[in-house]
Amino acid sequence: MNSYVPILVLGALSLGFAVVSIGAGALTGPKRYNRAKLDAYECGIEPTPQPVGGGRFPVKYYLTAMLFIIFDIEIVFLYPWAVHFDALGIFGLVEMVLFIVTLLAAYAYVWRRGGLEWD
Amino acid sequence: MPTILAAETTQAADATGVFALSWLLIALPLLGAAVLLLGGRRTDKFGHLLGTAMPFAAFVIGVVQFVAMLGRDPENRTFSQHLYTWLPVGSFQVDAGLLVDQLSMCFVLLITGVGTLIHIYSIGYMEHDPDRRRFFGYLNLFIAAMLLLVLADSYLLLYVGWEGVGLASYLLIGFWSYVPEYAAAAKKAFVANRVGDFGLSIAIMIMFAQFGSVSFDGVFAGADGASEGALTAIGLMLLLAACGKSAQFPLQSWLGDAMAGPTPVSALIHAATMVTAGVYLIVRSAPVFNGAPDAQLVVVIVGAITLIFGAIVGTAKDDIKKALAASTMSQIGYMMLAAGLGPIGYAFAIFHLLTHGFFKAGMFLGAGSVMHGMNNQVEMRRFGGISSVMKITWITFGLGWLAIIGVPPFSGFWSKDKIIEAAFVGEGWRPWVFGGAALIGAGVTAFYMTRLFLMTFHGERRWTDDVHPHESPKIMTIPLMVLAIGSAALGLILGPTNALVHWLEPVTGAHGEEAPVLSVPVLTGLTLLLIAVGVAWAYSLYVRQPVPEVAPAGSVLTRAARRDLYQDAVNESLLMRPGQYLTRFLVWFDNRVVDGAVNGLAALLGGTSGRFRRLQTGFVRSYALSMFLGAALLVGAMLLVRL
Amino acid sequence: MSALSVSATFAAAEFQTPSIEYSKLMPMLIVFGVALVGVLIEAFMGRTGRHQVQLILSIAGLVAAFVSVTMLAGDNQIAAVGAVAVDGPALFLQGTILLLAIPGVLTMAERSLDRGGVFTSAGSSTPGSEHERVLTATGVTQTEVFPLTMFAVGGMLLFPAANDLLTMFVALEVLSLPLYLLCGLARRRRLLSQEASLKYFLLGAFSSAFFLYGIALLYGYSGTVRLSGIAEAVSSNSGSDTLLMTGTALLAVGLLFKVGAAPFHSWTPDVYQGAPTPITGFMAACTKVAAFGALLRVLYVGLGGLAWQWEPVMWGVAILTMVVGSVVALTQTDVKRMLAYSSIAHAGFILTGLVATDTVDPDTGAVLGVSSVLFYLLAYGFITIGAFAVVTLVRDAGGEATHLSQWAGLARRSPLVAAVFTLFLAAFAGIPLTSGFTGKFAVFSAAIAGDAAPLVVIGVVMSAVAAFFYFRVVVLMFFNAPAPDGPAVAVPSPLTTVAITLSVAVTVLLGVWPTQVLDLADRASQFVR
Repeated sequence: MNSYVPILVLGALSLGFAVVSIGAGALTGPKRYNRAKLDAYECGIEPTPQPVGGGRFPVKYYLTAMLFIIFDIEIVFLYPWAVHFDALGIFGLVEMVLFIVTLLAAYAYVWRRGGLEWD
Repeated sequence: MPTILAAETTQAADATGVFALSWLLIALPLLGAAVLLLGGRRTDKFGHLLGTAMPFAAFVIGVVQFVAMLGRDPENRTFSQHLYTWLPVGSFQVDAGLLVDQLSMCFVLLITGVGTLIHIYSIGYMEHDPDRRRFFGYLNLFIAAMLLLVLADSYLLLYVGWEGVGLASYLLIGFWSYVPEYAAAAKKAFVANRVGDFGLSIAIMIMFAQFGSVSFDGVFAGADGASEGALTAIGLMLLLAACGKSAQFPLQSWLGDAMAGPTPVSALIHAATMVTAGVYLIVRSAPVFNGAPDAQLVVVIVGAITLIFGAIVGTAKDDIKKALAASTMSQIGYMMLAAGLGPIGYAFAIFHLLTHGFFKAGMFLGAGSVMHGMNNQVEMRRFGGISSVMKITWITFGLGWLAIIGVPPFSGFWSKDKIIEAAFVGEGWRPWVFGGAALIGAGVTAFYMTRLFLMTFHGERRWTDDVHPHESPKIMTIPLMVLAIGSAALGLILGPTNALVHWLEPVTGAHGEEAPVLSVPVLTGLTLLLIAVGVAWAYSLYVRQPVPEVAPAGSVLTRAARRDLYQDAVNESLLMRPGQYLTRFLVWFDNRVVDGAVNGLAALLGGTSGRFRRLQTGFVRSYALSMFLGAALLVGAMLLVRL
Repeated sequence: MSALSVSATFAAAEFQTPSIEYSKLMPMLIVFGVALVGVLIEAFMGRTGRHQVQLILSIAGLVAAFVSVTMLAGDNQIAAVGAVAVDGPALFLQGTILLLAIPGVLTMAERSLDRGGVFTSAGSSTPGSEHERVLTATGVTQTEVFPLTMFAVGGMLLFPAANDLLTMFVALEVLSLPLYLLCGLARRRRLLSQEASLKYFLLGAFSSAFFLYGIALLYGYSGTVRLSGIAEAVSSNSGSDTLLMTGTALLAVGLLFKVGAAPFHSWTPDVYQGAPTPITGFMAACTKVAAFGALLRVLYVGLGGLAWQWEPVMWGVAILTMVVGSVVALTQTDVKRMLAYSSIAHAGFILTGLVATDTVDPDTGAVLGVSSVLFYLLAYGFITIGAFAVVTLVRDAGGEATHLSQWAGLARRSPLVAAVFTLFLAAFAGIPLTSGFTGKFAVFSAAIAGDAAPLVVIGVVMSAVAAFFYFRVVVLMFFNAPAPDGPAVAVPSPLTTVAITLSVAVTVLLGVWPTQVLDLADRASQFVR
């Protein structure tokens, strides 16, 4: 069980940090609200307007997010391959080609079906 | 896990040579049925020919096997063919195999021989029916199932054939199912048969529980040492099955309605073959019944009741097919009676079954021929005087008539007389009651069959206007002639020589010579006297006296005819009413008591079901909750089990 | 820079290059390859002819994969660095799944019953919208169905062969995700279909979470996800029992969800009813085969040493499943829902055979618990596919007529279809000479050999209850007068005809002459460990 203690400590620390910083801000900070402050925080840019129909997002967002994840995962595999390229040899090449071809097929489908166009 | 008992009594040789072809007997008609039913309209052109060729080919194999069997010693005439192992689970296994012996050989020849003739006849009879091919497909299916029934070497496989026969008969009775009444008749036959099948399945279960085997060998070996109670239970359940299939009291009601099917079907199923399956079952189960005298007594009682019941119903029917159906019921009653008498009667039951197969098929086909010429009418009151226009039908039907009423030297005389003699063997009240019933039955049979024959072929022509009777085409009359020859001669060949009795002895067992309570010549004389009285009475009623006429318009009966009907009504009130009351009581019992119990259980289950069903709300959240609770339960259970 | 390269070199020295036996994985590779080609066809081929090409490709792929399974038959080894087992049960089940997928795909491709086929023109169009109407008028259909099905089949092939829990989880997701989508693609009653899809997805995700949690706990217990490693840990009795028990239970939840066992069955009726009927048939047959295969492997290989602890729990699940399935089916009024509950009841019957863990036939050396389940799955799969295919034939103006009252007097309209459906119902009920009887006989006798006689008694009683609702339909079809405006029986194209004929043939064959297949199941009943 001892090996789990650091995890518990980490969890306690992060929880403590969140509670303390939000609590401290709420207690000590000045409370002067305006429209800009009440808006959703989107890294400083103009927030995306609320879609019509009350809180629904176009499915396009999900599509983009999924495409991002696919290529994200590809990177996850590419990196260890690059690290152990020599050791993996021809086996690694074959496997990675299979992997990339699989992703490419999906990519081709998305591309041909207009998944990459916003409108 | 029960294991199959080693069959001690078996002396069956492995089927070799021509007997190795036994599976073909079943496979050929089955193939025909498959081609015709699955081939669809493509096979319309040659369907009837193929359908006829298949049973004929089976018949040829049967004849070759029969000849080969004749060439061997009586002890070495039994052959078994192992087809394959059906269920091999562990040390327990159920085999599918065929048994060819003297008894099944008789049936094979009857089924394929008479079956082929009926197929040939149907080519002509069904010529204008758009669904003739389908009809032949069903006929072939029936033949295959029936052959499986008589060739099976275990009760389980017999049951398969049994059900197949029931299915084929359901399909054939309801062949013209666009007529609601016909469909209803098919349904009725189906349900009555199911009741009987229930008996057979229970019998098989008891056998399995008692002997650990369902093969004939295993069961008969086990029957030697089994308790009488168990054998009686099995015997009674087998009898219930036989009653359903052979239209015996109290499950006889469906047979009359089953005449809705095309007439060749009535001839094939409801005269020559299917209805005799019950007799086969009892004779085949001889070792079981021999050990259960109580069950045998019940068989005899059922047979006696049915033979009288059928005979009296026969006197009341004006529909030619229904009158013949009633006579079938009565004749099978004779066979059951004989089968119930034990070793003394088994061979005679089969003997009568064979002769009956010929003359009844002949008469049914003859009736079909009459209907063919008379615009499909079945009302005998609108027949009369047909003998001059349909000579061949008249003569062949006449031979059948002489055979069934038992006029020497025609077939029925030999077989029925033997049964009457056998019924008079014994001590105490039994020979007098059962022998008396058989004797009276013979007289009544003579009366109603003569009535049927005379009303149809003789007397005044009471035809409706639009009817122009004519003889049927050759393809229909030739089978009639063949069957008529059989009706006339079969008894003469097998009867005086006792050939059939000796032939069947290895299967049914031998019995000593026992004298009936009245001497044989006296019995034969009495029988013939009663037959003569019956014929004379019918003659006086339907030829000499004013015939129950039909008005020229063809619908209103005269006063005289009404008096005749009055007699029918007496018959009905004397014998059919009690039957109806019993039926009603049984229906009541079924509705209130049986259904009550069943419905109560169903209501309980239904209520539970309804409550369960309400849990199925359609909301994902409640489903997820139920899953979560289930998971908690599972985790809890696993943790508990560990403790 | 140099430090990085040093560490890389250091790692490489220890690094073992894995090897993968591609030939042993051929069935799966073929199916996944076909699925990928299918995706490319969707991307690059024009609309016309796409349907045909996809159909031919899928069937060819399934047949090729089946052939490669038969060529592997007899193999008994672990492939792909311990991730995949190529042994008797895996190959038998893979063959079963592929054989079942063929009629499944054929029924999906049926286009003559409904204009444009079973599937919607565009899954993304809003039901009832103008967009949908325009698309429907063009008569096009979503041919993505074929590659999706192939992906699902691929996942199903991997599921019972997975030899470690992570591979098993990946297979679970690969088979599930396409099914979620396929459920929502019905052409008719789209809202019901989409609801089914969403429900299946949500609850499926929920159950996957349990499964994953179970894996995590078992990893915590044994330090490995490999089944053999877990088995070792169990036998050496190292680690916390609480982790082991809880992990086992949670893992079982995920698998029992997929087989539709109570109390994790609640999704089944809704999803079976809403999904396009060919998908329902495919899902009911193939998913059950794959999931039972995985359950068998986990319980026998990974947790075999724990058998006396999970057996009582499985008893409970089996009993509850049989009772719930059979009893609730009694009051169903919709054919598809009735068949759904029937499939739940059958899951219970199969579980009955599964608890016969250490019963080995002395003659053949077959593990009865495994061989009986293998046989049952094959028999049940074909009955199910056939029965749902028949359901697609009974139609009125609104599409399939699934309300039971509409089936009254069906024999009057089409004796053949009624007879075929009766055969399937008789097989479900376990009437002798149908495959259903042989299967029930096998699992029940295995359970008796495994000292689970009480379970068998309940199984037989519940079979009788189930027979009641099956034969109620038979009576309805044959003995009731048809409704005046009742549905008609549509004449299908050869595709559905072939599928139904195949199912009928297998159902009869396995009932009349099951010896060969029973032998095969016996021989295939040894897991590689």
